[in-house]
Amino acid sequence: MTDLDQFRIETRAWLAENCPPEMREPLRSDKDVCWGGRNYVPSSPAQKDWLDRMAARGWTVPDWPTAYGGGGLSPAETKILREEMAAINARNPLNSFGISMLGPALLKYGTEEQKLDHLTKIAKGQIRWCQGYSEPNAGSDLASLATSAEDKGDHYLINGQKVWTSYADQADWIFCLVRTDKTSKQGGISFVLFDMASPGVSTKPILLISGNSPFCETFFDDVQVPKANLVHEENKGWDVAKYLLGHEREMISGMGLASSGGNPLIDGAIATVGLSGGRLADPLLRAGIALFEVRARAFGAMSERFIDELKAGRAHPAQPSMMKYYGTELNKTRHELMMSAGGSDALEWDSDRSNGGAAARSWLRTKANSIEGGTSEIQLNIVAKRILDLPS
Amino acid sequence: MPLFLNDDQTALQDTIRDFVAEHAPVSHMRALRDADDPTGFSRDLWKQFAEMGFTGILIGEEHGGLGMGHVEAGIVLEEIGRNLTPSPFLTTAVAAVTALTGGYPDQARTWLPRIAAGDALFALALDGGPKHQPVNASLRAEPSGNGFRLNGRKQFVVHGHVADMLIVSAVTGGRPGEEAHFMSLFLVSPQTQGVSVEPVRMVDAGLASTITFDDVEVAGDALLCQVNQGLDLLGTLNRAGGVGAAAELLGVGGAAADMTLSYLKQRKQFGTIIGSYQALQHRAAHLYSEMEVARAAVLKAQQLLDANSPQADDAVSVAKAMTSLATTLSVQEGVQMHGGIGMTDEYDIGFYMKRARVLAETFGDANFHADKLALTAGY
Repeated sequence: MTDLDQFRIETRAWLAENCPPEMREPLRSDKDVCWGGRNYVPSSPAQKDWLDRMAARGWTVPDWPTAYGGGGLSPAETKILREEMAAINARNPLNSFGISMLGPALLKYGTEEQKLDHLTKIAKGQIRWCQGYSEPNAGSDLASLATSAEDKGDHYLINGQKVWTSYADQADWIFCLVRTDKTSKQGGISFVLFDMASPGVSTKPILLISGNSPFCETFFDDVQVPKANLVHEENKGWDVAKYLLGHEREMISGMGLASSGGNPLIDGAIATVGLSGGRLADPLLRAGIALFEVRARAFGAMSERFIDELKAGRAHPAQPSMMKYYGTELNKTRHELMMSAGGSDALEWDSDRSNGGAAARSWLRTKANSIEGGTSEIQLNIVAKRILDLPS
Repeated sequence: MPLFLNDDQTALQDTIRDFVAEHAPVSHMRALRDADDPTGFSRDLWKQFAEMGFTGILIGEEHGGLGMGHVEAGIVLEEIGRNLTPSPFLTTAVAAVTALTGGYPDQARTWLPRIAAGDALFALALDGGPKHQPVNASLRAEPSGNGFRLNGRKQFVVHGHVADMLIVSAVTGGRPGEEAHFMSLFLVSPQTQGVSVEPVRMVDAGLASTITFDDVEVAGDALLCQVNQGLDLLGTLNRAGGVGAAAELLGVGGAAADMTLSYLKQRKQFGTIIGSYQALQHRAAHLYSEMEVARAAVLKAQQLLDANSPQADDAVSVAKAMTSLATTLSVQEGVQMHGGIGMTDEYDIGFYMKRARVLAETFGDANFHADKLALTAGY
């Protein structure tokens, strides 16, 4: 037996013992997702136990070094852990922009002090992060951003406005792009970290078509940020931002695949239209679902390949754009099919039996997938230019 | 096992890529087509394949093969697809070898060394109608003396006109609706009395035969499996063939996409390189995405098949359906983006469209496999 076989056996046993049964149920709504942070209120004792046990092993971030609160696992071990979690439909113990976006950027660009301080807290779910990138006049064209950071010796003085800041109103800290040089577009941007409780920071939720407010407008009015909170060099924030965007795109592309347990699309369709001779009684809906499933499963293999290539350092740097494009379009298709499969049941907006209109709200939420983190059109531009080498 | 080729496999790919591109580029296929060649492929090339060891890639070392897996066989098939090389590789070296390996040791000992040496060609007489149906009653085998008597018809028997041996699926009992429980596989020589083979030229210039079995007597040892127990072996054969056809489709679609991309980079209209137009860039980038997703699905299926995983069956269906969809897009976009020249016989892109259509039907099309996946998932 190889060491990896042994690791798999031990991991399986540990998960069997430590993953509470409630954490193996499909997510019913956003409320079931654990984000951690200073103001974290567990939705159940099981959710808290699951987070605590996984964090204690460093398995919220299994492939990070143990010195920063990670599990210190090899790529092969990390893959086995993910497979074993998937096999029992284990929920993600901690959802976190710190894990999926800031963490990888700090591992690459952060100082030792920054890593020891922030990564450890991210791993344990103690600090919830938000991302300050987009501005009213800088969406996909991020290089146009205007939020300014003035050099005041030991600190920067930050003024400006961000928009579409996901969960800014619930976040503890922000990683933020600011302009430190007005004479250069991409070359004048810096990447800073600061506490959302700093004087001069305010947020205002934006009501969306889903009826929810996951995004905010965020305002900075003479916010003082210590210079020690600068990541990488001044005016070189674009390097950090680009690196992080790759991870963001990877995360968004995987959202459609992250469902745990059963297949709500198929189960929902069977419940509404029924089976006839072993096949769904609506042949066109069935065909739509079946062809979607072909693509979704193939994309699952693509995601696996992409992660393997990333870990081996052989992924094309623009590949996250392809993943983001394909994954988000698939996720929108899935939710269109789920609405169709649900029929009038899926239209209910605030009833108990619809879990507060979860299906409809999720469907509307997915429409942002192909806008946030760079629109589908921007991703296709990137693939065309940087992978296919088509001319301008 | 990571989901990309390891160093040995990459080295093998380099060897095969060079060999096929040198010895059997698209012009090789065009020459055979122009000559209306009655064989439809080059036996010399097949012998060279054998000398290089390719024909024995899936055959165990004890039978004179290389003892490799479906990942490696797929590497060969992708290059065959890329160059549109007419070759009995898929039917003989992949599907038949897999069936013989899973059958009786005597038959394996008889045939596998001959396939490895390039001396025996196999064809698959499985489909009774124009659509792939692994279980069908169009050919029945009744017990007769110590053997069986075969009656019925098979079609789309690729390379049936040159095969030394046919693998024939037959219903060996039961009433209508019960065929699945009474399937058997036979090895039948096309020389046997009562077998008539009618080759038909297909849209891709390859040859497939309609084969009629009229009171064909075979001995009991012609069975490749226990009588009425053929469904498992048929499944094994179809998985190997399906994932092989997917790999070949990947080559066809990938080459068509490459041709299209290079055309976009050189063709000028209104004084501008057309590849600089965003409308075409977005379509090219979308096509790239579909092909990459299909590529990942194929390698996943090959790896699971080589690992004897219970998930391999679903993965093969995903791979075959996904490559059919992606390659169909690739060849259609290829002809469209080439404009008028894409419609000419002189230019190669049309050959890719024809080959893709044939491969899409081989071992079941996207609808067949999507339906199969759905039934397995319970809807």
